[in-house]
Amino acid sequence: MKRFIGVILAVFLLFSSLAFGAETPKYGGTLIFGRGGDSVGLDPADITDGESTRVTEMIFEGLVGFKGETTDIVPVLATSWTVSKDGKVWTFKLRKGVKFHDGTPFNAEAVKFSFDRQFDKNHPYYKYGKWEYAEFALEPLEKVEIVDDYTVRFILKYPFAPFLANLAMFSCAIVSPTAVKKYGADFFKNPVGTGPFRFVEWVPKDKIVLEANPDYWGGRPYLDKLIFRVIPDNSVRWLELQRGTIDAMDGINPDDIPAIKADPNINFYQVPALNICYLAMNVEKKPFDNVLVRRAINHAINKKAIVDAFYKGIGIVAKNPIPPNMMGYNDKVKDYEYDPEKAKQLLAKAGYPNGFETTLWTPPIPRGYIPQPTKVAEAIQADLAKVGIKAKIVTFDWATYLQKTRNGEHEMAILGWGSDNGDPDNTIYVLLDKDNAKKGVASNIAFYKNDKLHDLLIKAQQTTSVPARKRLYEAAQIIIKEDAPWVTIAHTSAVAATRKYVKNFAIPAIGAIKFTKVWLDK
Amino acid sequence: MYRYIIRRLLILIPVIIGVSAVVFFLIRSIPGDPALILLGEHSNEESVEKVRTQLGLDKPKVIQFFYFLYNMARGDLGRSFLTNELVRIEIFKHFPATLELTLCSMIFGSVVGLVLGVTAATHRNSIIDYITTVISVTGISMPIFWLGLIAIIIFSIKLHILPISGRLDPTITFKAKSGLIILESLLRGNFGVFKNAIYHIILPAVCLGTIPMASIARMTRSSMLEVLNQDFIRTARAKGLPARKVIYVHALRNALIPVVTVIGLQFGGLLGGAVLTETIFAWPGIGRLSVEAINARDYPVIQGCIIFFALIFVFINLLVDILYAFIDPRIRYD
Repeated sequence: MKRFIGVILAVFLLFSSLAFGAETPKYGGTLIFGRGGDSVGLDPADITDGESTRVTEMIFEGLVGFKGETTDIVPVLATSWTVSKDGKVWTFKLRKGVKFHDGTPFNAEAVKFSFDRQFDKNHPYYKYGKWEYAEFALEPLEKVEIVDDYTVRFILKYPFAPFLANLAMFSCAIVSPTAVKKYGADFFKNPVGTGPFRFVEWVPKDKIVLEANPDYWGGRPYLDKLIFRVIPDNSVRWLELQRGTIDAMDGINPDDIPAIKADPNINFYQVPALNICYLAMNVEKKPFDNVLVRRAINHAINKKAIVDAFYKGIGIVAKNPIPPNMMGYNDKVKDYEYDPEKAKQLLAKAGYPNGFETTLWTPPIPRGYIPQPTKVAEAIQADLAKVGIKAKIVTFDWATYLQKTRNGEHEMAILGWGSDNGDPDNTIYVLLDKDNAKKGVASNIAFYKNDKLHDLLIKAQQTTSVPARKRLYEAAQIIIKEDAPWVTIAHTSAVAATRKYVKNFAIPAIGAIKFTKVWLDK
Repeated sequence: MYRYIIRRLLILIPVIIGVSAVVFFLIRSIPGDPALILLGEHSNEESVEKVRTQLGLDKPKVIQFFYFLYNMARGDLGRSFLTNELVRIEIFKHFPATLELTLCSMIFGSVVGLVLGVTAATHRNSIIDYITTVISVTGISMPIFWLGLIAIIIFSIKLHILPISGRLDPTITFKAKSGLIILESLLRGNFGVFKNAIYHIILPAVCLGTIPMASIARMTRSSMLEVLNQDFIRTARAKGLPARKVIYVHALRNALIPVVTVIGLQFGGLLGGAVLTETIFAWPGIGRLSVEAINARDYPVIQGCIIFFALIFVFINLLVDILYAFIDPRIRYD
């Protein structure tokens, strides 16, 4: 019997070692990631584009970060934090024993330095950046105080719960004060942080080379080197992946997705992105001041047909302004079903039995939330024509388009938004609150104003309890659906592909792809 | 001759000031606020204002122009709005890639173009002539995007003999001070890098070279036909010179003037960057730099690139004029 148990144990051990052995991460190797555009800069606080943050998030870290594929906040360079009762003082305990890549110790002083240079106009290094995101991320911040070497305090001007999510954004990463002082205006091409990878080389429009940080506090990454290579053409990049001259890529032509999924040497990854594409109806212009007209348009547009035809498997129909994987999403909201007859009835009830003429604005260039803006606009135009609404399609160059919609010159306009920090406040408050419906600078381009909604959104900003905030945003989505200032069109996914031997690869819901735990099985 | 060259170089000063003024005001009249493009959907009133101030766009345009002229006179073209890099460095970092590609494609285009042109002219109205004409017309009219992809699929994907894109294998680190990888690796005796760079440049250089090749072939053919009918060729043939010598020494040299003009024009044009070729072959050249700058309304980089292109064009034209004197000793500039 003992022998029998021994044999079973041995067999079990053998199999388990085989099973686990196959997945034991290996150290070493170089991963080449192909992408469409070059980084603009590598100073985390002075960039706005995804191609830059993709690299800075490997070199730099913030006090807090996003957990895996969620928008949950987890400690990174901070180990814990507390909020004062009035919600205005946030105290962070910092991780000890962390060093920047240049040997500078990470401490409260480095934290204060990283923030002060972005928003204190008298700071000696303020002049070296445009700090595009400081207005947004640090708006509520009054000052940063050093309590001791490893404790730092953020004093806010008013209570603002999403501040924690702002701190998880790329622009709030902590930089080496020594390096900023050494390089001055050239820090953007000599980045020094605490992250898992160190900067090696940047050949503009060609490649950025990073190497593993052997002293990384979270353990050395498996890869020896990580290279981001610029290959502007999507088809050529896919050819490089097929041949195996790059190991991973994003920026995939929707038309190539079936071939990528069918290739036995390739893994395909798809994750819902935190964005929204919407059609805003300017409620300050007739006939969109009438809620019946806005509901009629919601019934008239066949969103499913649009998503199926023009998002090619990387989009889902949107019911709410925020996507299903965001905190506070209300799945109980009932969407306006596609029903042209009902739309006609509503129009007749509103006093437009024969429809009306209007304009439909559409972005001139593809954006992350809308791969084919003109085609989508044409489909909407055709749907509206079926219920008697003649919409003329209008477009401008991108900057003019943004400016004119902000001025409220449009009647109906298609636009979208990608979340900055994964917090619902950053979508619903920014795009639908009356505070943001000021002509000339509006981000609420429906110019929709509802006091009840406003109260809910402000309350949600001031409450730090997550369940309470969830309930407030759920209620907000019901009001928005009833008032129908928008037709919510689609949410898209982020997609990427790798060679089969690339292990532990994942696309996060927000922020850049993390390569810390990625390894190569070859 | 030297006085002529100096005079031509002096003309550069008004050319640069003129080009600067035109470019400066022209790009500012294109719709699209750079600050707004930089910030996109996420901009707000304060951030746009702040960025405009930092970029110096809040000052009157005339004042901005004089600042620009003053700085340019001191060799400072400013910093890119987008990347914050010095425009001078942006150009210096992207131009060598373009120069290397242009030289290789011009060598290919000129050699093949000349041979095709001469062959067509000496075999006038034969099948060879027709084939050459078809090749030239195809070379001029074929979309480079399509040609590039087909070439990649055949030579890189099917035959596996050439790399798909880039200047060097990305795992190779080779810091060329001049930016000219082929030349510098050869001079430093690094033959591994040299070979790798040559492999990488073949496809883009040949694809891009089809354009000058076609023009050069057509120009050579017509110019040669004209020369071949002249008396001195009959004399050369009559005195018993070998046919090859008659064609390549006596006739070709006299037919070269218009061909050199075409080569010069094509060369100058390609040095401005071949955006499509650079895009397909992921070539980090000045064409991509300037087009991306235009899309982002990155005024300092657009200005810098265009002034630089104007300089190149003037130099190439001067070079062509000097070459005339070498090809045809009867041409004198003094």
